[in-house]
Amino acid sequence: MPITESDIEKIAQLAHLEITEEEKRAFTPQIADIVAYVEQLNEIDTSDVEPATGGLTAEGEATDSARDDMARPSLGQQTALDQAPDAASGHFRVPKVL
Amino acid sequence: MDFFDTDIESLRSHLAAGEATARALTQGALDAAESLNETLNAFLQLDRAGALRRADEIDAAASADEGGQTLRGVPLAIKDNICTRGLQTSCGSRILAPYHPPYNATAIERLKAAGAVIIGKTNCDEFAMGSSNENSAFGPVRNPWDTSRVPGGSSGGSAAAVAAGIVPAALGSETGGSVRQPAALCGIYGLKPTYGRISRYGLVAFASSLDQIGIFGRTPRDIASVLSVIAGRDENDATTANVPVPDYPGEIASDINGTRIGVPRELFGAGLDEEVRASVERAIEAYRELGAEIVDIELPHAKYCIAVYYIIATAEASSNLARYDGARYGFRAEDTPTLREMYRKTRDEGFGAEVKRRIMLGTYVLSSGYYEAYYRKAQQVRTLIKQDFQKAFEKCDAIATPTTPTTAFLLGEKTDDPLAMYLNDIYTCTANLAGIPGISLPCGLSQEGLPIGLQFVGPHWSESSLLKLAHAYTEAHPFTARPKVRASQKS
Repeated sequence: MPITESDIEKIAQLAHLEITEEEKRAFTPQIADIVAYVEQLNEIDTSDVEPATGGLTAEGEATDSARDDMARPSLGQQTALDQAPDAASGHFRVPKVL
Repeated sequence: MDFFDTDIESLRSHLAAGEATARALTQGALDAAESLNETLNAFLQLDRAGALRRADEIDAAASADEGGQTLRGVPLAIKDNICTRGLQTSCGSRILAPYHPPYNATAIERLKAAGAVIIGKTNCDEFAMGSSNENSAFGPVRNPWDTSRVPGGSSGGSAAAVAAGIVPAALGSETGGSVRQPAALCGIYGLKPTYGRISRYGLVAFASSLDQIGIFGRTPRDIASVLSVIAGRDENDATTANVPVPDYPGEIASDINGTRIGVPRELFGAGLDEEVRASVERAIEAYRELGAEIVDIELPHAKYCIAVYYIIATAEASSNLARYDGARYGFRAEDTPTLREMYRKTRDEGFGAEVKRRIMLGTYVLSSGYYEAYYRKAQQVRTLIKQDFQKAFEKCDAIATPTTPTTAFLLGEKTDDPLAMYLNDIYTCTANLAGIPGISLPCGLSQEGLPIGLQFVGPHWSESSLLKLAHAYTEAHPFTARPKVRASQKS
């Protein structure tokens, strides 16, 4: 089913992207082309194939990567807020939610 | 004395013999980077103060025990999607242009502990999304071999910096080939390690099941030296494996006699430039003289790798890039009365077109109603691709192909057709999907004088074999050609 401008609009909403009309017009055929291209995967019979989840090798899977759940020194509030576009009273300040 | 275009071992000898100071090497690299930047645009930032301070520390302590610092005094460059404390880390994006990370990536910590001097951050496609370095918010990088052409991407800046001789080595990153492909287009060596070999802590995430830091160098030995320093288990990255790190430089000169090189002939057909094909086939034949055995193998699902990659990578990217919302760091759009508008306008103004395209594609393939058809299907084909390699590696020790289907294309040549651009990854992205290591080595020049790359991929954890293969070829057939734009005054 070909992708329409309306689909692009919905997807952009989901992704919190406010795209312009011009972008919508440009992206629609491009994304439609790419989706049409990836549909070639339907040629392949994957009925008995396990989906690969993640990129770990066998040795990666075998590596115990858990640590004890203990509090450790972290960035600290000042450092954590240092890159904020707008910080106030130890918080990240943002426009109103509602 | 001109130390450009010099390998790491030689630089270290010059330093040890007092023929050069760390300051002189660093100053030279910084000056070259700056003077070539208008032409190449390889660097987004040079850390003069920090690098010279570090170089002076190294010179001052010259008589003290170096404590096994194998890269002491060596100037290096770092792709701008790798976090360097206090130094701008923009990922080639407007949305992170203001960002100065409060921490170093593990790879950076390890390089610094080994005595390396980081001179600056290199330009790249935005969030590592691209194959030409034309998607950077800060302008494209130009290929030192022909500045009307692309260096490849996404790690184009690091590739150009090494190719032009500014630094002997640089870090890049790979998700679908972003180190090997630019290495091939820039006539240098580029290694992608096994997934989990090098820590991703501090590598800004694009696709978490594919991303790996990679290394550029002008010799396989230099890559081996850097790899030895940064490889290994890291507590901060749960996906790194507890696999011992071999002595890569120590093992590199071993005999390759009897190595079985697999060639998937079906991938040498349509879409592959004739000159590239001929050059790569000649190089593979040359391995016979070096004692290798050439065997035919098949990778039946390799041709689907772009489709699989552009579903999985974009899906993961749509999730990883959700964090860029203007709230806690980076760029925030102005005049946004509500939170929702802040998110939307920040992302619309902060992200470039390719990033938006990929986020939308990823969102689409993960969305309700499409997840099974696209994402799950792609994961299944990913399994088939992994199995293809497992079967092939029963018959051979490494697989040889071209690294790229063409030599470096012109700036602007493929920017109107995203899909055409994606096809540049056709030989490289299978390795990322299977988590296997790969290396690109320069094996010739086209009639137009543009570099051609031969690629080897191997089983998980076979970096040492790949480096050996590259080294053996280099010794027998040194690649002495150099690009037009370079730091060195030597001929």
